[in-house]
Amino acid sequence: MSILKTHHLTIGYTALRKPDRVVSRDINVELVAGEMVCVIGPNGAGKSTLLRTLAGMQKPLGGEVKLLDDSVHSMDSKTLARRLSIVLTERVNVGMMSGYGLVALGRHPYTDWSGRLSERDEAVIRWAVEAVGATHLVERNVNELSDGERQKIMIARALAQEPTLMILDEPTAFLDLPRRVEIMHLLRNIARDTGRCVLLSTHDLDLALRNADRIWLMDAGGQLQVGAPEDLILSGAFQRAFRSEGIHFDINTGAFTINRPAGTEIQMVGDGVRAYWTKRALERVGFQVCRESRELVVTVLDDGWRFNDDDSVIIVGSIYELIKVVEPRLAA
Amino acid sequence: MAQRTFDSTTPEVRITSRTDTRLRLGMRPWLLVVLVAAVIGLFFLTLSWGSVEIPGDQILKALLNQETDRLAYAKIVRNHRLPKVLTAMLAGAALGVSGLQMQTFFRNPLAGPFVLGISSGASLGVAVLMLSSSTIAGATVFTGMTEAGPFSIAIAASVGAAAVMLVVLAVARFVEGNLTLLIVGLMFSYLTSAVVSLLLYRSYAEQIQAYVNWSFGSFSMVTWSRMEAFAPAVIIGLMIAATLSKSLNVLLLGETYARTMGLHVMRTRILIILSTAILAGSVTAFAGPIGFLGLAVPHLCRSLFNTSDHRILVPATLLMGAILAMASSLIATLPGFEETLPLNAVTAFIGAPVVLWVILFKRNVQKSFAV
Repeated sequence: MSILKTHHLTIGYTALRKPDRVVSRDINVELVAGEMVCVIGPNGAGKSTLLRTLAGMQKPLGGEVKLLDDSVHSMDSKTLARRLSIVLTERVNVGMMSGYGLVALGRHPYTDWSGRLSERDEAVIRWAVEAVGATHLVERNVNELSDGERQKIMIARALAQEPTLMILDEPTAFLDLPRRVEIMHLLRNIARDTGRCVLLSTHDLDLALRNADRIWLMDAGGQLQVGAPEDLILSGAFQRAFRSEGIHFDINTGAFTINRPAGTEIQMVGDGVRAYWTKRALERVGFQVCRESRELVVTVLDDGWRFNDDDSVIIVGSIYELIKVVEPRLAA
Repeated sequence: MAQRTFDSTTPEVRITSRTDTRLRLGMRPWLLVVLVAAVIGLFFLTLSWGSVEIPGDQILKALLNQETDRLAYAKIVRNHRLPKVLTAMLAGAALGVSGLQMQTFFRNPLAGPFVLGISSGASLGVAVLMLSSSTIAGATVFTGMTEAGPFSIAIAASVGAAAVMLVVLAVARFVEGNLTLLIVGLMFSYLTSAVVSLLLYRSYAEQIQAYVNWSFGSFSMVTWSRMEAFAPAVIIGLMIAATLSKSLNVLLLGETYARTMGLHVMRTRILIILSTAILAGSVTAFAGPIGFLGLAVPHLCRSLFNTSDHRILVPATLLMGAILAMASSLIATLPGFEETLPLNAVTAFIGAPVVLWVILFKRNVQKSFAV
């Protein structure tokens, strides 16, 4: 079921007495119920501008955004709040409030002028809290929560708005790795289990590739390409978008590496886990590890590393020492 | 069409019976009952104490329009102490609630009812009335004013407050951020006090004395005829504030979030400014520029109730403001003495230690604002 559609959308900024600054033009995308979509792209590509425009927080320069057949930018704000909720990057400080109180704020578009919660409101709040696994946080003061816990509560608040579409701007920005994985899984499950749509921007390329149903890939010029993560990789679109950033995507391993000028060749003999991490270390300092080299050879031994060049043999006991020995041989 | 089933029902939600949700919202309504009791107690204490001590049964008789043992009792209660205690109650409630609104609106612990420049506008109005007359007709105008004075002072103050309010409202419709508005209000305060300084500089000593006396603040300036204007103004301001508590709660998340949660930010902003201007403006007009209460009462209540929920804080600041104002007025009257102390000195002198004690003892004020 289609939830959101854009028609020839042009996003950007208007300024006084200056021509409009167009970030991206002619965007035609669609969001479908039950999917999690990740917007990725280099810094400054316009991810936030796009999300803000889709959320109705910013006027488009052209075209329109339709959420369940009504334009986001001309919809009554209460109706919009019942269909769409957002979570922003910035940390909010709400003062002295329990986790429950914060989630309860999500009922704002449903309650009467006094803000009194009906039994259904409270049931929705409990449901939202359980959906993000934050039951143990409801009685704690929001000030005392960690960044990850607070983010869960903010997501529960967004969920309590019972939105059809939830938009999150870099929800994992300030979190450590385990928390990022957790939040990403959580959002994917919300999309799948509740039939809502989750749209988020992120810099965690790896997590996005592993979890998103679809990727909106924005390159530095604002061009948007849409597809399953794997489709974008196989078509080469992914690699192209990040090439200008100096990031190389290895299509065989799915890993990102930072492009360096082609390094000095070094030969490595050995296999297994020790060999893998030795290769990583050599690549880290700028060598290009290959099968054969005329001059430099590193052999991975059971209890150390041996380094040969034309006129010397050095045996070391740690990778740190190995690097100190081979690093001077890097071509300038 | 706006109410299609898809976006207003969540099939997974099961409605179970209401449990301990009051507790979960961190509410302590029993404390409100204590505050109501304190308001009632202070009300009768203020009627009883003063240069003449009046027994409780005589107060009740006076209030119920029955004959008192001594004719003077009824006269003192009805014509002097009752309007005074009502003024204190209304002014305290108005200052507390408007201070709370401004602190939440600007997300700033130093904000108070006067940050928008409303009371500076009122002061300017009064200063123009009291001081500029010297250039026209000399001190005779001033001496004549002590008779017909207070009511024209109230009008001058209202005009000044309203003028500033209109400018602030106009600015509020144009500027994006609240911080800009805060600075605009601040600049207005400086501008108006600069004009007042200029007027003071050109005035006679008696006029300056009269202006300074007004700036001390007093709850005795409101007689029954003036109460007919003062009480409705404050009650309207408080009623607007009461309808705003839900919006103020959402504003705790910041304007951006509030907007995406369905709040009409511009409408709310206008209503907050309007309510604050009516409350702070009418207090300044009828009781002078009473400082401190508006700043301190919200902190006191947040600390005591340990919450930022405005559905608790609005009634709490209303009651606490009334309590502190009545207590200050009681102390300023100095039971047993003829003289009265400047009200502004008393509010700060009594209030500051109380607030200091509470916030240092409870240690939760930082949490209300610190990022």
